[in-house]
Amino acid sequence: MTIALRIENLKKTYKNGLQALKGISLEVKQGDFYALLGPNGAGKSTTIGIITSLVRKTEGKVFVFDKDIDTHFNQARRYLGLVPQEFNFNIFEKPLDIVLNQAGYYGIERKKAFARAEFFLRKLDLWDRRLQPARYLSGGMKRRLMIARALVHEPRLLILDEPTAGVDIELRRSMWAFLREMNSRGITIILTTHYLEEAESLCRNIGIIDEGKLIENTSMRSLLHKLHLETFVLDLRKPLDSEPQLPGYITRLVEPEILEVDITKEAAINKVFELLSQQNIQVSSMRNKTNRLEELFVRLVSNGDIKQA
Amino acid sequence: METFHTLVSYKTIVRREIVRFTRIWMQTILPSAITTTLYYLIFGKLIGPRIGMIGEYSYIEYIVPGLIMMSIITNSYANVVASFYGSKFQRNIDEMLVSPTPNYIVILGFATGGIARGLCVGIVVTLVSLFFTDLHIHSIPVVITTAIFTAMLFSLAGLVNAIFANSFDDINIVPTFVLTPLTYLGGVFYSITMLPAFWQNVSLGNPILYMVNAFRFGVLGISDIPLQVSYTIILFFIIILFVLNLYLINKSTGLRS
Repeated sequence: MTIALRIENLKKTYKNGLQALKGISLEVKQGDFYALLGPNGAGKSTTIGIITSLVRKTEGKVFVFDKDIDTHFNQARRYLGLVPQEFNFNIFEKPLDIVLNQAGYYGIERKKAFARAEFFLRKLDLWDRRLQPARYLSGGMKRRLMIARALVHEPRLLILDEPTAGVDIELRRSMWAFLREMNSRGITIILTTHYLEEAESLCRNIGIIDEGKLIENTSMRSLLHKLHLETFVLDLRKPLDSEPQLPGYITRLVEPEILEVDITKEAAINKVFELLSQQNIQVSSMRNKTNRLEELFVRLVSNGDIKQA
Repeated sequence: METFHTLVSYKTIVRREIVRFTRIWMQTILPSAITTTLYYLIFGKLIGPRIGMIGEYSYIEYIVPGLIMMSIITNSYANVVASFYGSKFQRNIDEMLVSPTPNYIVILGFATGGIARGLCVGIVVTLVSLFFTDLHIHSIPVVITTAIFTAMLFSLAGLVNAIFANSFDDINIVPTFVLTPLTYLGGVFYSITMLPAFWQNVSLGNPILYMVNAFRFGVLGISDIPLQVSYTIILFFIIILFVLNLYLINKSTGLRS
């Protein structure tokens, strides 16, 4: 299996003495959809900055499709596409020019670049706005413009640093569909996000960075498997006066019509309904109390002890 | 193939720079035309006749080459310093930094943009001068090469300024406190032979004097400085500034953390 990104013992200390990265090593396989998570200031953007050569590393090695970014920077940069966290295009330029210019910096001649720009701008619903100065675009459009710009040179590895920050749910979901399509076409995608639902929905593998260290690097499935206990919220058909007794389960009557039940992995959820039926309590709907990944994430970055979860 | 890619990158930067300054022509082209019109009117038509002849030429004929050169200098410098710093400020310089565009192409691209604006304004100012005086060119090759080399030199100087600049104040300090005084004292409005010997020698330390005089030689055929000396000085500064820019960008000064 080809490795799209290999990072070896990456360290970064800024001039002010801040040690942003303390020796990170990870691999992302070709075709993967990889989530890089971590709290603010954990080192995610620094890692991305180093991979894309916008931040100088203090120590370590980075290979993009086996090309060392130090010695084969020309080839390595051609493989990479970056969607940064902050808007970083010239707001006075037109979207079409922004995308065409980016293609030009990669040595793609104008005619060929125009066809690609049209494809991506149409795909991302920006074609009608292509000749309007970028400052007039909405926040969501600006994000999509940066995605079109990052894809115009057809990179093999696309890195998105919080691409859906501040984007409404409908648009976020359409961007997810677009990213899934790009991934299905063979583009390896690395994503940082604060929307853990996004990571859980899109990504197959996950790395969690905290205080400059990689504290988790595994598949999404195996990470979620580590979650020992889940809380379900049950909406009851009729209000209760007191908390029902469900032997073997921890329950909380939050409101007369809302019951929370903690269920371990070993326990069967059917049993809960059985016990409730025996007490003539009917459930109208049920949902998870929190996002599963969010719960894990909070536990991981607070004390790293998953087993107690 | 790599050469072709590099050439496309270069053309992209140049096109982007030209589109930028032509899009905002009221800020980039027009002011110089208005300012030099006032210079021609006040110094050429109103005060000039009272000054009399300088050598074989009327005062307005004498100052036209200097004013054209002054426009080229200030505009080529301003174009690069504003554009490059603007790119740093908005972080769209990252578009180039993440790409395989070599650093020397980034320098040449911005410098060519500066040359394009310098020459564009130079042509406009020359056309304006035709309303006030007849212009006979002594040597077209000297005029063209001096204009291009000078624009190149000040584009590169503007780039150094932009690399170090951390605020919009920083990109105005050098033009205001260094460039403008040197330009005015660089023989635009007078011949250094009019100065006492001491100040003539001091003036020789001003690099702009060499450019103004080389250009004046191209237009009028007269100069305070031998042409070869002027070319040598100009080319020397171009090489120094290019190498300095390359060193700074390779070191990522002000560009990467």
